[in-house]
Amino acid sequence: MDESASDSPKKADPYSRRVFLKQIVSGTVTTLMIYTPGARGGHETSRIWKQRSTEHQWAYIIDVDKCIGWGGCVRACARENNVPDGHFRTWVERYIHTEDGVYVDSPKGGSEGFEPVKEEIRDKAKYARFVPKMCNHCQNPPCVQVCPVGATFKSPEGFVLVDHEHCLGCAYCVQACPYGARFINAEINKSDKCTWCYHRIKQGKLPACVEACPTGARKFGDLKDPKSDVSIILQQGHWTVLRPDMHTGPTCFYIGLPKEVI
Amino acid sequence: MVELPNNALVNYIFPNNEQVWWSLMIVIYPYLTGLIAGAFVVSALYHVLNLKQFKPIANFALIAAFCFGLFAAVPLLVHLGQPQRAFEIYVTPHTTSAMSIFGYVYSGYMLLLVIEIWLIYRVYFISRANETRGIQQRVWYLLALGVTTYHPDSAQLDRKLARILAAIGIPWACLLHGYVGFVFGSVKAISWWATALQPIIFLSSAIVSGIAVLIVMYTFIKWRSQAGYDYSMIKNLAAILWATFIFDWALEMLEIAHVYYQDAHEWAVIGPLISGPLYGSYIWGQVVWLSLVPTILLGYAVIQRGSGKGMLYMVNVGSFLLLLQVLFMRFNVVVGGQLISKSARGFVDFHWEILGKEGILTAGLIFAAPFVTYYIISRFIPIFEDPAGYAKFNPPASK
Repeated sequence: MDESASDSPKKADPYSRRVFLKQIVSGTVTTLMIYTPGARGGHETSRIWKQRSTEHQWAYIIDVDKCIGWGGCVRACARENNVPDGHFRTWVERYIHTEDGVYVDSPKGGSEGFEPVKEEIRDKAKYARFVPKMCNHCQNPPCVQVCPVGATFKSPEGFVLVDHEHCLGCAYCVQACPYGARFINAEINKSDKCTWCYHRIKQGKLPACVEACPTGARKFGDLKDPKSDVSIILQQGHWTVLRPDMHTGPTCFYIGLPKEVI
Repeated sequence: MVELPNNALVNYIFPNNEQVWWSLMIVIYPYLTGLIAGAFVVSALYHVLNLKQFKPIANFALIAAFCFGLFAAVPLLVHLGQPQRAFEIYVTPHTTSAMSIFGYVYSGYMLLLVIEIWLIYRVYFISRANETRGIQQRVWYLLALGVTTYHPDSAQLDRKLARILAAIGIPWACLLHGYVGFVFGSVKAISWWATALQPIIFLSSAIVSGIAVLIVMYTFIKWRSQAGYDYSMIKNLAAILWATFIFDWALEMLEIAHVYYQDAHEWAVIGPLISGPLYGSYIWGQVVWLSLVPTILLGYAVIQRGSGKGMLYMVNVGSFLLLLQVLFMRFNVVVGGQLISKSARGFVDFHWEILGKEGILTAGLIFAAPFVTYYIISRFIPIFEDPAGYAKFNPPASK
């Protein structure tokens, strides 16, 4: 029965030790080549986020030094997304660093701008900044991890979204978000948050808040396009994210963020 | 004046943090779940470990666990923004979510509990089905699943199966409640919750509350029915309660001592939390009065020689205080964690609701429901008598 095999010793045995070892070595080398850092192409910023094989990979940049605390972005967001009163998909905080401590406020989410602070705070102020906040559309989002039915999910292009057809309104995602970006929308009893205006992006527009910003403090763009504003700014490397200790991998990057900001 | 965390000059909370999203419903949900787990462990003392001293309360503990279990998921249902979708947790569970597995753990546990109770009471159902007539007979016949014969071999098999289920039930009860602790302990965004000790603290406090509620219920039932108290059994149960609580309290204190001693960024918010908004309910409530007093009372009741009415009163006051301690612990964990704004520079106000969906009245009604259910069930089946005493072998034993 095994005659043919024993009669032709020159024919390579597919199960021989030599073939097996050759395959192991070539497999290992190939694997190492694929996973060695820098072995793949791509521009510098590719290390900031997990590479995804999608047409776009969106990111958001907030340049704190450019924000004037006008609040038009918060109003534009509320109008665009029918955000109920008392809740915010985006908001602006005012940080005043004084010799006694940190003063922070965000009256009505900063939607109507900011009144001057009391004299006692102003007199002791060292510096002040307006800091816009929103969902960070994390690469490793804890809200997605905890959702019991998968109603919150991460889209391949980087959006963290809520499927209102499946949301139970249990608020576990609200608890899990370290940034206070989520809330239960009282009108629909479901979880709600910033979507980066997904509906507008799909129409080739910018998010409402970005469009409303008069100073260019808010930027949105495609990291897959090396010439986009976000790619160029991120390549310069002077960015940070909120709560890096949470290891959520935000894709909302900050430029000039004061160290007091949480 | 409340000390503010992280060098804050004013109480700043994130605009979306002004509400405590998990309120009283989520406080009584782990409380009821804990009572199931604790009561089950007591029933297992006889059904698994065969400690004969606890035989008189083994079935009582099992029925009580069942009654608490029936209503354990109700607070969750009331809390949901979309309760009509609750079943989707079973149909489309998202397995990375700690919460998604609850449905299976809870349902499996309830199924186990029902089968164990049925196996223990089957002999009684058969006896009633054979002795009653009319509609009553139909109901008992249904409960006996249409089998009206009983043989010594059946009795032996029922006992054996019930024991196996009780044995499986112990790790399952631990899983059920350890899991509830994990739901909180795994949330890294809330430093008051995020500790690996949370599941084991929840589990040990569950056993404490389960034993305590059984002692109080047992005493009340025996007092109402003018039946005699089994002082010796109560004393032994009190000793187990005392030891379990010391373990539980040690864990609770270890956890806070650990955070304090490390003095890392968690303490920056937890320190002001327990010396501020939670000062009354945590320091004076949970840690001092509701822990020290019952520890002393139960310790004295267990160590002293007498085992009469004096001991009974001490044990009951101690048990009642421990029931409150665990309730305070649940409140301090669930609500307390949300009082720290994610801004880490301010505290949220908790507003008590009375008549609302998640108000005190709803919580009270849900909490009362298991006791009412127990009362109804106890009208129909013997709780403190051994159901095996109703065995009338039919056909008679062949040998």
